[in-house]
Amino acid sequence: MEKLLEVEGLTKVFSSGSLLSRVRITAVDNISFHIAPAEIFALAGESGCGKTTTARIIMGFEHPTAGTIIHSGKKEAKNEKVWFLEGIQAIFQDPFGTFNPLRTVDRYFFETVTNYKLAKNRSDAVALIDRKLRSVGLSFEEFAGKYPSEFSGGQLQRISIARALLTDPKLLIADEPVSMVDASLRMSIVNLFKQLKEETGVSVLYITHDLATAYYMSDRIAIMFRGDIVEMGTVEEVLMKPRHPYTQLLRESIPEADPSRRWSGEIRLSDTEQDEYLKQGCRFAGRCPLVMDICRQAPPPDYYVEGVLVKCYKYSENSDGAPVPAV
Amino acid sequence: MNNTILKTEALQAFYVLDLYGKSKVVKAVNDVDLAIQEDEIYGIAGESGCGKSTLLKTLAAATEPPLRVVSGRVCYRIDGVDVDVATLSPEAKRKLRLEYIAYVPQGSMSVLNPVAKIKETYRDFVESHVGGQSKVDAFDLARRHIIELGLPPKVLDAYPHQLSGGMRQRVTIALATLLSPRIIIGDEPTTALDVVVQRGVVQLLKDVQRNLRNTIILVTHDMGVHANIADRIGIMYAGKIVEQAPTDKIFGEPAHPYTQYLINSLPKFGDKSTRESVPGSPPSLANLPSGCPFHPRCPHVMEVCKQQMPGFTQLAPTHKVACWLFGEGENGKTA
Repeated sequence: MEKLLEVEGLTKVFSSGSLLSRVRITAVDNISFHIAPAEIFALAGESGCGKTTTARIIMGFEHPTAGTIIHSGKKEAKNEKVWFLEGIQAIFQDPFGTFNPLRTVDRYFFETVTNYKLAKNRSDAVALIDRKLRSVGLSFEEFAGKYPSEFSGGQLQRISIARALLTDPKLLIADEPVSMVDASLRMSIVNLFKQLKEETGVSVLYITHDLATAYYMSDRIAIMFRGDIVEMGTVEEVLMKPRHPYTQLLRESIPEADPSRRWSGEIRLSDTEQDEYLKQGCRFAGRCPLVMDICRQAPPPDYYVEGVLVKCYKYSENSDGAPVPAV
Repeated sequence: MNNTILKTEALQAFYVLDLYGKSKVVKAVNDVDLAIQEDEIYGIAGESGCGKSTLLKTLAAATEPPLRVVSGRVCYRIDGVDVDVATLSPEAKRKLRLEYIAYVPQGSMSVLNPVAKIKETYRDFVESHVGGQSKVDAFDLARRHIIELGLPPKVLDAYPHQLSGGMRQRVTIALATLLSPRIIIGDEPTTALDVVVQRGVVQLLKDVQRNLRNTIILVTHDMGVHANIADRIGIMYAGKIVEQAPTDKIFGEPAHPYTQYLINSLPKFGDKSTRESVPGSPPSLANLPSGCPFHPRCPHVMEVCKQQMPGFTQLAPTHKVACWLFGEGENGKTA
């Protein structure tokens, strides 16, 4: 299978505290995944599970402690950042924080055009910008010379997407792109990603905590928990038949917009995140209803069940392929 | 209905701004009539900038310039007597808060004092409202309350930054319910939280309501949370309540075109068919369209919609909607 982006054994360790009482938190723990061309891949999990750190490493904001990122068959190197970012563009969570309130939004577009030498002269640049804006449902006339405060959150997020599309990237990294957009406009942004994927073949790394939109727009999904990918596969398999106990808990906790299906039963919350990060074996063991002795001793390896990767000892016997060691 | 605990009549609260000699009026709450019952969870849904938070501020009698209550009144029923909050002295209002009406805000991060331990914050609350208690008694009260709500008592000795977002939000809810208030107002109490933690917080709110048999007014834009917790829901659009009904009616038979869009745009598991969101963008409250504020985005727009705001039509005894599609409004009142 062709791979647009391949992440292998990515690890990021943050340390905090003084010299004597140093706490090391493995925010991303040896994760591997790939994104195929024209595919929407969702990376989902709770806040603090390492999904944003992963995105920041791919975008080059953070340096990984270990692991490699291969984009279109080439490894990321420091001196090739500009080439790298031409193929990978980002869209951030807060549309109001993306743009400087004292600059007109079109300046960001002209800046990107200049940086990547995308146009020979100004009229070429305007034509390019207008084409990209039209693909997200806006036009150059209604946007030129305006400040971010003159747009709604939904419009700003569209502008942000149009800017990312200027370089004709192969991959968009969208970090919670709809969580700050009004509920009534959210689906229009989500539909836009689907439409862009179908029309231009761009891939999207969709980072979210919202499994309902992830199910709606993605092809494949990886569920992250405390730095680890605990389950990965097609959305139909992972979200409709969750196998890992954590995915099951997550899936049950989504408030469904259906008053006849209210939550039943009580759940336990972890007291602090840090304790779970520092756990020896499986990090979910403290809250898992199916916990066994082995779970507390060593982290579970990857098991494959019907094509879905599951990191849980529960599946140690009916694994399809040979278990891959975790370390 | 005699167990109405909180009532508003034709409430209008506007932000009156004076910008370089030009005055600007932001109509954040525009003619809202509410009758909230005892022992119910009333949900208010709507997108950001529709006036939800301003409505809550007005309900809690916490209006400060530039926000002004232009007309209408907010009445609480206290021991069988209707009290108009506008007539109360600042001291009486202060007394009502926390003992009668409590407020759970969205950002629990900025609510708790970052340089004081949680128990010090509790002591502040207890001292200002109960009085005459020693430090030890106040801590004891706090500890009992925390244990009752099923939170680990060690949080009292922690600073806010040592707690996770969900725990801070639960501590804030615990703080708001310390004196068993009759009305709890929650302004997006679960919005910044993860789904699992959100479920824990909703569970806590439900438990509190079940034990105290009081009223919760819950504002959130997350229809999933409303479906899970609310008994009745009011849909707010551009400063007005446009539809109000019991939860299963709102989800089962939404009448107003805006409500229909809100419900139908929600993605569901096991159904990947295309969802459409509301066309256009929300109106500015400072520059409202004429007539029904939804008419520029409405697929069923008629000539009358552009000229006049419809009154409420009663579709069922508990289900009312303000839309010309359903008649002229038996209440006859147009805004």
